[in-house]
Amino acid sequence: MIDATLAEISRALESGKISSVELTKAYLDRIAQENADLNAYITVTEELALSQAEAADKSRSEGKAGAFTGIPIAHKDLFCTNGIRTSCGSKMLDNFIAPYDATVVDRFNTAGAVTLGKTNMDEFAMGSSNETSFYGPVKNPWDHSLVPGGSSGGSAAAVAARLCAGATATDTGGSIRQPASFSGITGIKPTYGRVSRWGMVAFASSLDQAGTMTQSAEDSAMMLNVMAGLDEKDSTCSTIDTEDYTANLNKPLEGLKIGLPVEHFSEGLSADMEKSIREAIAEFEKLGATVKDIHLPNSHLSVSAYYVIAPAEASANLSRYDGVRYGYRCENPVDLEDMYKRSRSEGFGAEVKRRIMVGTYALSAGYYDAYYRKAQKIRRLIKNDFQAAFEEVDVIMGPTSPHTAFAIGSQNDDPVTMYLEDIYTIAVNLAGLPGISIPAGFINNLPVGLQIVGKDFAEAQLLNVAHQFQQATDWHKKAPGE
Amino acid sequence: MEWETVIGLEVHVQLSTASKLFSGTSTEFGADPNTQANIYDLAMPGTLPVLNKEALKMAVKFGLAIDAEIGKTSVFDRKNYFYPDLPKGYQTSQLDFPTVGKGTLTIDMEDGTHRTIGVTRAHMEEDAGKSLHEDFHGKTGIDLNRAGTPLLEIVSEPDLRNAKEAVAYLKKLHSIICYLGISDGEMSQGSMRCDANVSVRPKGTTELGMRTEIKNINSFRFVEKAINIEVERQIDLIEDGGTVTQETRLYDSEKNETRSMRSKEVANDYRYFPEPDLLPVVIDDTFIEAVRETLPELPDIKKQRFQDQYGLSEYDAMVLSADLDTANYFEEVTTVCDDAKLSTNWVMGDLQAYLNKEEIPISESIVSAKALGGLISRIKDNTISSKIAKTVFEAMLAGEGDADSIIESKGLKQVTDTGAIEALVDEVIANNPDQVQQFRDGKEQVIGFFVGQVMKASQGKANPGQVNQMLKEKLAE
Repeated sequence: MIDATLAEISRALESGKISSVELTKAYLDRIAQENADLNAYITVTEELALSQAEAADKSRSEGKAGAFTGIPIAHKDLFCTNGIRTSCGSKMLDNFIAPYDATVVDRFNTAGAVTLGKTNMDEFAMGSSNETSFYGPVKNPWDHSLVPGGSSGGSAAAVAARLCAGATATDTGGSIRQPASFSGITGIKPTYGRVSRWGMVAFASSLDQAGTMTQSAEDSAMMLNVMAGLDEKDSTCSTIDTEDYTANLNKPLEGLKIGLPVEHFSEGLSADMEKSIREAIAEFEKLGATVKDIHLPNSHLSVSAYYVIAPAEASANLSRYDGVRYGYRCENPVDLEDMYKRSRSEGFGAEVKRRIMVGTYALSAGYYDAYYRKAQKIRRLIKNDFQAAFEEVDVIMGPTSPHTAFAIGSQNDDPVTMYLEDIYTIAVNLAGLPGISIPAGFINNLPVGLQIVGKDFAEAQLLNVAHQFQQATDWHKKAPGE
Repeated sequence: MEWETVIGLEVHVQLSTASKLFSGTSTEFGADPNTQANIYDLAMPGTLPVLNKEALKMAVKFGLAIDAEIGKTSVFDRKNYFYPDLPKGYQTSQLDFPTVGKGTLTIDMEDGTHRTIGVTRAHMEEDAGKSLHEDFHGKTGIDLNRAGTPLLEIVSEPDLRNAKEAVAYLKKLHSIICYLGISDGEMSQGSMRCDANVSVRPKGTTELGMRTEIKNINSFRFVEKAINIEVERQIDLIEDGGTVTQETRLYDSEKNETRSMRSKEVANDYRYFPEPDLLPVVIDDTFIEAVRETLPELPDIKKQRFQDQYGLSEYDAMVLSADLDTANYFEEVTTVCDDAKLSTNWVMGDLQAYLNKEEIPISESIVSAKALGGLISRIKDNTISSKIAKTVFEAMLAGEGDADSIIESKGLKQVTDTGAIEALVDEVIANNPDQVQQFRDGKEQVIGFFVGQVMKASQGKANPGQVNQMLKEKLAE
C-alpha cells in the first residue's frame, strides 16, 4: 500500500482497507530501513506520527474523517513545527525547537494528516543539489551516487523512495520543480501569495513559496486543497479565492494552447533532454492541445537578477541568527562583536555565507542602484514577457532542468555552474507565477521533468493539464529500483 | 564675524496604540522584562509582520493636523544593523515613501511673533528593545518589551534659527500630538525623543555649514541648553581655525557639554531596501476623510477661538491653549463662573503656581475646574474679596472643602453692611489725624494707607471697593 499514490491511500483509508496506524508503521519501518542511506529525513517524529495516526483512526471510526485524515506526510525542515526541531538544514538551527506551527503545518494537522518527520534540505534552502545541508547530502533514490536536486531534496527523495505519501516543500528559484524533475515525481510551486508563508523560515521573502511533492498531479491537488488560502498572519498572502483543485482534473485538454519558449530550447539544452521534452509535448497534441513557439526575450537575465534579489533579501532575513536569543552561539565569546562574528561564521555554511555577502554588497551604499534597483527592473521586464506570452497561450512548457540528475560532488567547484541549474525555473519565481514539474520520460534510466507554467493563480488549470498527461502516460508511476 | 545658527529636529514620537506596530503584542508600559514580546518580537524564524491599522490612522491624523501631503502609497523598508536589542537585525521603517510628506507647523515665540516651520516628512517605524548593562555582572541584559512599539519620526526642515525656536517647535509639536491623542508625549519616559541637527554659517550666506547631530535629548530645557552649548562649541572651533566634523554627539546635562559619540564616516551603512514581507500601504480618500472626521480642534484654532470668544490676549490664549488639559480646565472654570478674565488670571496665576510648586500636571490638581469656578463666582458676586479668595484657595488646596463651605465655616464672608464699615472707617480716620491732613493737603495716594487700615481692622472681610468709596467721601468732608 505504501507504494500507492496519496489519492489511492486516501481511498484505501476511507474504505477501511487499511488503518492510518498500519500505514504509518509501514512508512516508519521503511524509513528505518532506508533513511540511513538516503538521508532524506533530518528528524523522524515516530511518536508524534503514531499518536496522530491513532487519533486519525479514532476520528474515522467516529465518522469525522476527511479526505486527508490519517495520511502520512513529511514537512520540509523549514516549516516550523511546534515542539519539534526546525533546523533549516543548518548548524545554526540544529538546536532550535520551534515554539509554534507554521500555517501550512497547522492546516495539515487540522486536516488530520500524520507527520512522519522533517525532510532534509539545502541549508536555508540555498542550493540546487541538497549538498549544502549541515546534515549531509541526500541521495537520489534512482541512483545513490547522484543528487536528488535541491533545495527540497529531502522531500523529493522521500516521495520518490515512498518514504511518505507526500511532502511539503518550498520553491524560491526552482527548489520544488528541479528536485521533482531529478527525482521523477510531481512538484508544484503555486503562485506567490497562494500559500501562507507564516512559519516558513525565510530565505528570500518576495520569492519563497510553499508547494508540494507528490507522485501525481491528483495528489498535489489534494495537498493544495489543504494548504492554500488566505492567512491573516501573512500580509503578502493573496485574498483571491482558492479553488477546489481536485474538481477540474478530468477536464479534457481539447483546444489548450501551449507555448514553447524558444529561449528554453536553445543552447545549453542537451539533445536527449530536448527529445524527451518534445515527445512529451507531442503527447499533449494527441490530447487535443495546440503548440506554438513563443518568446521570453529577457529570460537570459533571470539568473543574474535572481542572484541579486534573493541574496539581498536573504542577507537581511538571516540577520536574526545572531546567537542572542536562540540557535547557535559560539563558545566563550569575549565581547559582542566576537559573539556575532564567531556565532555566524561557525553556524552558517559556505554557500549561506556567500549569499549573505553577495546580498550585503548588492544593497550597500553606492551599489544599490546598479544592482538591487536594476534587478527589480529586470524582474518587471520578465513579468511583462510572461504577460505578453499569456496573451497568446494558456500554458508555457519546457524542460524543468537542462539535464538529468548529476553526481554528488561533481559541481562543487564553481557556484555559478550550480546557479545555472535553475535557468528554466528562476524566471517563474521572479514573475510570481505557478509552475509544476511532472515526470516526462527517462534518459539513461534517470527521470526527466517537464515544466508547465501557468497564469497567476491558475493552479487548478496546471493540475488539470498535468493530470490529463498522467492519465495518458505512466512516467509518474515509475518508481526507483523497479 | 556674525554667525547664523541652522537647526533641524528629528523627533521620535511613540504612538499610543494598544498593541505593537507589527505583532499585536500589548504596549503597556512598566511590565516585567520580556513579558510583552511574542514570537514576532523575538524574531523567531518564520514570523511575519502585520501592520497595525491604528498606528497608520494615527500617522495620517498627524499628517492632516499639519496640513501635510498624505502618502497614498507608503512603503516600509528594512534598515539593517546589528544590535542585541534589535532582534531581527533590521528595523522596519520607511525611507522613500513615508506615510506623511511635506507639511508645516507654526511656532509661537514669547515675544508674540510667529514663524512657519517646514516639516519634511513623518514616517512610521518600530522601536528597538532596551539593553540593560547594570545588574548582569559584566554581561548585558535585553528587554524586548519596547521592541516593535510604533514610532512616528517627524523630521523638520532646517528652518529653525536658534535654540528658543527649537524649543517652541518642540512645544508646538508636543501640543499637537497630545491634542490628537496619538501619544502621551512624555519626554521623561521616552515617549517623545528629540535629535537636533545643528550647524552654523556666516550670517548672510545661504550654504549650510557642516552639521552635527545631538542625540536623544530628553527635556525641553535640555534641548535649549544642548543646542546653545553646541552652537558655541562650533563657533569657537571655526573661529579658532578648525572645522566641524559631521558626527553624532551626546549631550551631557550634568557637565552641560556635548561629546562625540561616533563619526558618520565610520557609521553604519544601513542598506535600506523595501520590506518584502509587507505590501505597499495604499490609502484612499475615503480612509483619509474618515480620519479627518476624527480631528479635534487643534491648538492654533483653539487659541484664536479663545481670543474671539473670551476676549483673551494672544499671549493668554496661547498659554491656555498649549496644553489640552489646561485648555479644557480653563473652559470649564469659565463656564462655571462666567468670567473669562478672572478665570484666566486664576488658572495662569495661583493655580499654575500651585501646579509648578507641586510639579504635577493640571489633570492631577486637587482643586477641580468646577471648584475653582465656584470660588471665582464668589469673588464675582462680592461674597469675598480677591484677597480673601486667596485664603479660601489655600484652604481648598489643603482639602478643606469647596469655596462656599470654607467661606461659611471660617466666617470669611465679605462685610457689605454699610453701617459696620462706616464705623470702621470713622475709627480709622479718627485715629490717624496726620494722614488725614496729608490727604487734605493734596497727597491723594495716602488713601491706600486708609484702605489698608480699614481692611486690616475688618480682618480682610470688608469690600475694598466699598471702603475706598466711603473713605473718599468721608475724607472730602
